[in-house]
This record gives sequence, structure tokens and C-alpha cells, in this order.
Amino acid sequence: MAMIKKTLEIRTSPHIVSGYSVDTIMFNVVLALLPISAFAVYAFGLTGLLTLATAVISCVATEHVLCRLSGKPSTIRDWSIIITGLLYGLTLPPSLPLWMVAVGGILAVGLGKAIFGGLGNNPFNPALVGRAILQAAFPAAMTSWIPGFTPDRFTTLAPTTLTLPFSTPSYDGITTATPLSLWKFDQVATDASDLAIGFVSGSAGETSGLLILLGGIYLIARNMMNWRIPASIFAAVILLSGALHLADAEQFASPLFMLFSGGLMLGAVFMATDMVGSPMTSLGCCLYGVLIGVLVVVIRVWGGLPEGVMYAILLGNAVTPLIDRSIRPTVYGTRIKEPAT
Amino acid sequence: MRLLGLKTFRHGVHPPELKDETSHLAIRQFPFAPVLAVPLSQHIGKPAIPTVVEGQQVTRGQMIAKPDGFMSVAMHAPASGVVRRIALMPSITGRMSHGIFIEPYPGSTQEVVDGNPCSVDAPPDEIITAIQHAGVVGLGGAGFPTHVKLKVPEGKHVDTLIINGVECEPYLTTDHRVMLEQCEDVFNGIRYLMKLTGARRVIVGVEANKPDAAEALRAASPTDLDLSVELLSVKYPQGAEKMLITALLGREVPSGSLPIDVNAMCCNVATTAEIGRLLPRGRGIQERVVTITGPAVRDKGNYRIPIGTPLRFLLEHVGVEPEFTRVFLGGPMMGQAASSLDLVITKGTSGVVAFTETEAEQTHRHVYPCIRCGYCLDACPIFLDPSTLGMLARNEEHTRMADDFNLMDCFECGSCSFVCPSHIPLVHQFRTAKAAVRKAGST
Repeated sequence: MAMIKKTLEIRTSPHIVSGYSVDTIMFNVVLALLPISAFAVYAFGLTGLLTLATAVISCVATEHVLCRLSGKPSTIRDWSIIITGLLYGLTLPPSLPLWMVAVGGILAVGLGKAIFGGLGNNPFNPALVGRAILQAAFPAAMTSWIPGFTPDRFTTLAPTTLTLPFSTPSYDGITTATPLSLWKFDQVATDASDLAIGFVSGSAGETSGLLILLGGIYLIARNMMNWRIPASIFAAVILLSGALHLADAEQFASPLFMLFSGGLMLGAVFMATDMVGSPMTSLGCCLYGVLIGVLVVVIRVWGGLPEGVMYAILLGNAVTPLIDRSIRPTVYGTRIKEPAT
Repeated sequence: MRLLGLKTFRHGVHPPELKDETSHLAIRQFPFAPVLAVPLSQHIGKPAIPTVVEGQQVTRGQMIAKPDGFMSVAMHAPASGVVRRIALMPSITGRMSHGIFIEPYPGSTQEVVDGNPCSVDAPPDEIITAIQHAGVVGLGGAGFPTHVKLKVPEGKHVDTLIINGVECEPYLTTDHRVMLEQCEDVFNGIRYLMKLTGARRVIVGVEANKPDAAEALRAASPTDLDLSVELLSVKYPQGAEKMLITALLGREVPSGSLPIDVNAMCCNVATTAEIGRLLPRGRGIQERVVTITGPAVRDKGNYRIPIGTPLRFLLEHVGVEPEFTRVFLGGPMMGQAASSLDLVITKGTSGVVAFTETEAEQTHRHVYPCIRCGYCLDACPIFLDPSTLGMLARNEEHTRMADDFNLMDCFECGSCSFVCPSHIPLVHQFRTAKAAVRKAGST
């Protein structure tokens, strides 16, 4: 028998791994976002496609350039920046001038992610940071929505899309109201089935609640999303808005309307669940979800804006470190327990 | 806690079981290597003292080293032959330790000499001494001297004896085979253990992936014992003492305490079987059942292997793929990688697993930053926060890890590293940190 001569590899245990990897998780989130993105393109045609593409490209390019500038290998291969780009694009009004989209994308990655040290260190959801900056800088453009499903959407662009950089777009005669602003300012309710399927106007990816839910269910089934976060957001929204609706149906919208209108679905399923900005314990996640849900209703009902999901989630991100500090798992064997006799 | 009607503990992970290739293979006797090297320290505690000298002839089963004090056990000759030398040899920890090198006679048979038998009716102290002189240590891997564990301190009592037949580590099937093939030895051992601990009832915990073992034990159960065989839902690390006690009894062992503080005593099923097999014959441990498996191994199986068999001989005998790169002793979750093929099978070796580059590559992944996914928090059976501990470890804040985040409660099961999607070597960091804390505490 031949004598085995071999240099052995020494490594500490465990010698097997689960197969989950940051890039596989992120890639699956991108997969889950694809149907929603496709629906956005279907609804808003060329305009929607250009908005999404500009959002993704500006985010990816910024990440790549900033990584290189700081002398590190580029991190665009971990897919997380694609998620940021897609989510950011999906939250924008489709007719937003492309130069604004690009500016927001650069700021989302630069100020929302890279400045904190990149993946894993960003306290806030970068996509929402970008959107929040745009909301403050261009309030008019960020609240002007074009109608979806126009017959010529695949051949013509919205007139505002190609507005020259640093000039003000003109929205005269091309915009329409979103279901939330219809309700907020005119007390007009939108049909719930239109809301759920997405035959309404709004931001590119906010319109189809059902596709968003499907994507969420896919990720939950693959254990790549904490179901407690969307579940507790929905529960809080339904309970609070339901109580208000019962008290005065004239003034307060129904829970179903609340759930499927605006950015709640996209925010609750894909943005609040961003692992980096959400708590780590199950109880913490529930608390975080309830907080976001309550804030959404409070801002929508009593705030000056028709929509509040973005701010609710950013505030949720802000309290996450506090939640993680105060809610800690009870370590095995540290509960005071009399030994059984 | 119950899951689909089966008892279990909270948290933990579900690694692939990987037991199918060996679980149906009966235990086979392994031949003698040209030289067997029996380490004097195969247990926690003081090394045994050799009772033989170089050049002396020994017979298989003869005691060749005696315990040095209470926290030590005896060693026995694994084969009949000549003691060639007593010298330093490598150990899995990386330290050199003394061992007795025996060259078996070419015609050495499997026959073993009997010593002074110790029956169940003997006084407890005699049984304790008999277990110590039989060289019994925990065969699950920890290597804690069994007689020390079985000596119930003054003022404590045991109401339940738990026999650990969980074998939750992937790949390993030795306990499974022992339960199938050595039922009688297990029950014999249980009688000794009940006598020593004073326990009134016995629960044998077996995971649901070994229904045949549970069935065999149930079918052969003696009627005069209050014994139940409990099927547990399959989850790692259920075989850890504390997890098993919580799963079976719902009791939580306080941090820093022993099972006896919640009136329980755990004993590995193979250890129990050895006690039941050796004591009535007055013999000692000179071999043990080991699963040799892994994708690089050709003749996989469960073998009864003489203590002191070098890995090189062992792998040559079963055959390995030429491109094997990593060999570890024990299971893949907690097993230690062998640095040299000169290492030998000891009483604590439950498995030898050999990987080729394909499997080894899986743990060579790119390390990402922690994304705070919380998978590790849901995996940790001790309910630690490995994510935060990992970040503190990076800054070498060892004292804070121990004081504020219960680092010392970590028993290095590997669940956090297993699930980490960022492939952060958490367990490795915790081991380093624990060693640093112990060192700081002892100076």
C-alpha cells in the first residue's frame, strides 16, 4: 500500500456551511423585484423604463467609483447596489426628469451608504435617503404623477423626462392625482381592486400591491426576509386605520385602502425589511414594524403630506440601534429559575 | 418545547444529515497498525502514569498506565506486543504529549484478557473506581473522565438519568450502530449508572432520524427499569448536554452550573454501552467505534478501531481519493482538523471525515461585512448575540464580550458560523476571545 504523503489543510470548525451567502440573498431580492419592475415598465412604458434604468445605473456607477476612490475592490458584484438602484427607481414618480433621478441616485449611494462604510454599516435605507433628498430639493417634481397605461406609452416619453439639467420641468396638463392625494385633498376613494392590481397612478413601483406581496412571499419562503416586519406593519396599519375608519368613515379611509395605496406595500415588504437597517431579534422586529405602521397612519392622516411611508421607515431605521440595545435575547441559563426538586 | 409532536429545544440549525452512506453498515473490526501509539492524556485532567517500561511485552487489554489521582483514568494495551518506546507524540490540540508506542505481534489476535469483574451489586465507590480503572471517558468527544462526572457530590441528587443517543453531528453514525448492535450493553451500563446516581427513571433521547435504533431499544427494554425511549425532532446541537436536558425535561441548566444542579445526569450512549460491556468482565477501553466517512473516503463505514491507530494507517486501509485535502476528527460542526496523519485515534474520536477540495472549498468563501440579518441570533442555542460578539471580537474587546455579552457561555457548537451568509468565522473569533479571557483571568 502506498504511503500517503500529504500536506493537510487546517481550518477551524464548522467544516460545512448552510449555503446562504450575502450575494445569493441579495440576488434573490433582485429576482423578487423583477416582476414589480416589469409591471412598472408595462404601466409607464418608455418613461418608466428610462427612470428605472437611470436609477440603477447611477447607483451602480456611484458605488463602483466610490469603492475605487477609497482604494478598495468594487462591491457591485454583491448585488446589494442593484437592489438599492431598483428600489430607489421604483419609489420615484415615473415622469421625474432623468437628471434629477441621477442626482438622487448618486446621493443615495454616496450619502446613504458609502459615507458610512458601505454594505452593513448604513443606518438608513440608501434608496430612501436618495428619495428623501429629492423630496426636499424638488418637492414639485416629486409630487407630480403622470397617468399610467396611456396608449402611446411605448412610443413617446413624458415631456418632463428629458428636461435639461438644472432647469425646472413643466408639468402643465400632464399630471394626475394619486389615490392618496385624491383622498387627502378631495375625499375621493379609489376602488380597492384597482389599487391591489395597480391600475392607478403613483410612483413606478408602488402601484401593484399583489406583485409586491408575491415577491415578499417568495423571499419569506426562502427565509431571506423576516416576515415579522411586514406582518406587524400591516397589523398596525389595519388596526389603527380600522379603528379610525370605524369611528368616522367619512373622514378616515378604510384599512384596505390604506394597505394598498401609496408606497406602503413596497415599503413594508422591501424597504423596512432591509436587513442592515432593521432589528435583529424577533421581538425587536415586531416592535419596529408596529412603530412604522403607526407612523404611516399618523403621517397620512394628520401630516401635511398625503404619503408618509418613506419618513416612517427612515424613523424606524433611526430607532433600530436603540431597539437592538434594549431588546436582547435572554441568554440560556440566566433566567432566575429554582431548580426542580 | 415540541415540534410536530416531537420534543426539542429552541433555536439551533438544520445541517444536512449526511448519514445515509454509513448508518446501515454494521460495525467492523479494524486491523492492527504496525505501531500503535497510546497517548497518556486522552482526557481532561492529569495524564496517566505508565506502568510498563520500554521493551516490555504486553497483552491486549492489559493496563499499561494507571490514573494519576482522581481526575485521571487508566490506559490499556490495544494489542499484544512489545512496548517500543515511551515518547512525545503529536496531539490534536497541537501540543506534544507523551504516549506509549506498542508494536503488535504479527499474530496478535483480537482476544482480550479479562480482569477483576465489578458487578452492579458492588458498593458505589467500587464501581466508581472500576470505571476509572476501565479508562472510561466521555466518548462523545469531550473526554471528561466519566467516573468524576458520575460521583454525585454531597447534598445533590439526581432524579433523571438521560442517555444521550442523539448523535446530532452530520456524518457520524457510531452511536446509531451501538444502539442497534449493543442494546444489552446499553441496558447493562444503565444499571450501573442508576446505581451510582440514584436516579429513579431513565430517558434515552434519540433523534427521529434513527427510528430503528429507538425501536431496537424499546423492544429490548428490561421491564424492571423505569425507562423510556424518547424520539426528538432532528436539530443541531441537540446532543449538547444542556440542550438535551431542556428538550427532554424542560429544565434550563443555569449558566456556569452542571446538569446535576437541575437534578439531571447525562451520559453518552456509547459511553454507557462501554461501561455495561467492560465492567462485568473487568476490562478497559482498548478500542472504540469510529465512523470513517466523507467524500474522499472509499470504504466508508463504522469500525471498531484500536486506540492509538495512526490516521495514516487508517486512511491507507480504507482508501482515500488522492486529492483529499482536509481530515477532521469528530463531526463537521465541531470536529477538529488534523494537522498531521501521525495523529492517532483516541477515546474521544467519534469520527474521521476526509474532504476533497470540492467540499473544502465551501468554507473558503469570500467574507462579507456583517449585514445584521440576525440568522446567528436565531441559530444560537444559548441565545447569545453572535453578530455583536463578532463585531466586538474584531476590535478585540474581549472583556466586554465576556462581561456584557456572555461570551463564556458559548460552547462553540458552530451554529452561528454555519448560518452566517457573510461567512464571518464567528466561532473561531469566539475561541480566540475565550482563550484571551481565560488567560487574563488566570494571571
